[in-house]
Amino acid sequence: MQTLAAGPPPPVTPLVVIAIYLGLLLALALFSAKLFRGTSTDYFVASRSIGPFMLLMSVFGTTMTAFALVGSTGKAFQRGVGTYGLMASSSGLIHAACFFLIGIKLWAFGKRYGYVTQIQFFRDRYESNRLGYLLFPILVGLVIPYLLIGVLGAGKTIAGVTKGMFPETFAATGGSVPSWLTGLVICMVVLAYVFSGGSRAAAWANTFQTLVFMCMGLLAFYLISTKLGGLAKAIEAANGAHLVRTPSELEVASKAGTFTREVGVPSWMFLTYMFIPLSVGMFPHLFQHWLTARSAKSFRLTVIAHPLCIMIVWVPCVLIGLWATAAFAGGIEGTKPAALNKVIGGLPDANVGAVLSLMVKGLIGDPVVVGLVTAGILAAIMSSLDSQFLCLGTIFTNDIVLHRTGKNRFSDKQVVLIARSFVVAIVILTYLISLRGGNVFDLAVWSFSGFASLTPLVFAALYWRGATKMGAYASVVAAMGTWLYFFAQSGWGGEYTVFGGVMPVALSFGAGALAMLLVSALTPKPSQATIDKFFPKF
Amino acid sequence: PQRLIVLLAIALAILHQDFWDSDALVFGFMPIGLFYHACYSLAAVCLWALTIKIAWPRHIEDWAEGG
Repeated sequence: MQTLAAGPPPPVTPLVVIAIYLGLLLALALFSAKLFRGTSTDYFVASRSIGPFMLLMSVFGTTMTAFALVGSTGKAFQRGVGTYGLMASSSGLIHAACFFLIGIKLWAFGKRYGYVTQIQFFRDRYESNRLGYLLFPILVGLVIPYLLIGVLGAGKTIAGVTKGMFPETFAATGGSVPSWLTGLVICMVVLAYVFSGGSRAAAWANTFQTLVFMCMGLLAFYLISTKLGGLAKAIEAANGAHLVRTPSELEVASKAGTFTREVGVPSWMFLTYMFIPLSVGMFPHLFQHWLTARSAKSFRLTVIAHPLCIMIVWVPCVLIGLWATAAFAGGIEGTKPAALNKVIGGLPDANVGAVLSLMVKGLIGDPVVVGLVTAGILAAIMSSLDSQFLCLGTIFTNDIVLHRTGKNRFSDKQVVLIARSFVVAIVILTYLISLRGGNVFDLAVWSFSGFASLTPLVFAALYWRGATKMGAYASVVAAMGTWLYFFAQSGWGGEYTVFGGVMPVALSFGAGALAMLLVSALTPKPSQATIDKFFPKF
Repeated sequence: PQRLIVLLAIALAILHQDFWDSDALVFGFMPIGLFYHACYSLAAVCLWALTIKIAWPRHIEDWAEGG
């Protein structure tokens, strides 16, 4: 984050607003923890009792990370109007398809056979214990960077908002709250309610957080458009090249020198980006939310309203990003301070995520609004963090400890204690790794790509009687091998395409699907008992 | 009904590629490319509402309860 102006320390009001938000979140979540029934089923899947509205809010909140607010604005500022089609409208179709085609069936198997993790289902369906040991490190390895994105993202967000606020206390960070402190507070708040209330507390917290970040996005949209003289005037000032999807180049003069930015979205990228939203079919934390549903009917609202919720969040944020491109045309009008145009116009690609907060601070300037929008960003981050911490604790407990020792080795209360211990350990580990810092934001698309590459595994398990154990192994190895190859080629992160714009996820998904088809066709079919168990007539 | 839904979903996936380069504004403030995809999101809502209406797995609830 760059400063807009030098002067006396800014008021701490935004931090007070954020503290009030965190206090409300903690109070609500700890209240919901009082509803905890003390059983492991309640801790892991809220006794499968979550109704339609809370399921929608918790699934949508978990799916949308901070990228929904800051990333969408920044990407629209960088690539233009094609961002919505690239990331949002395709997600509306594909996420809902995954909820309907994968989520409802897995909920039914989970309820009937008592599953609380993906690996339990895969072990039974593919008749292989070892498949669990192959999947376990892969799923954990793909979730960890996703967790770090949240913790480090919160640190960067607060550092930007509090720049110069505490010149004496935090002199080393230019007066802003250091990332280690933000990460510590965020981790402690999330840990407090996940530890005490498990899945039920996470569902309540996610409902509150989702409503907060949806409302704050709309608030920022309304206030910024008003400052720019209305919707029509705001878009008229935008840079023309950003209003079409056709690729073009833009010379950007940043602090580090002039560079060329690619505006627009190439056709192959636009097509193959559609594989990324398939990742929701394999997110372990989303799987756990599906299992919390009271009934299959609870999914109806989630399936129908999910594309609508995406639209409510993304359209305003994409428009704000487009309005900011006026910095490349006639300049953003009504700026306060005037340096805003220079700062936004000179943002390097790695920092385009700062556009939303720069627009809020530079155009509105009201510290209460700055605090509210920042609370919205934190809500988007934390609504994913809690589910991820909980899901890792759940799979460690069920897929490793209980799987090796047997279900009857521990009492139900001991199982909850083991899960809580793992959650604490994962939070501490994540926090310690986050202290190393670094730019993990580029890892997000790779984390999603990894999960999306594994989707043939779950789709074949549910819809193809001929999918075999060896086919499953081949699919996982081929998908992850291809994914790892391109990940290495990219220099371990960052935006990377092959063959003139094809996203690597299309190839790793294809490799996984092809391996599943070929190897399953050549190896022994599952037993009749397994087919009867997993292919009932619904 | 299931095949109809699959065909509609494939059609919608193809339409996503918006094969049709203008900075024309709809309602005076929304770039036409963004308007198209916002309408697309609403079409997805309609598709899933239709899916639930005609292709819902009716016995899944009873089957899941018996476990």
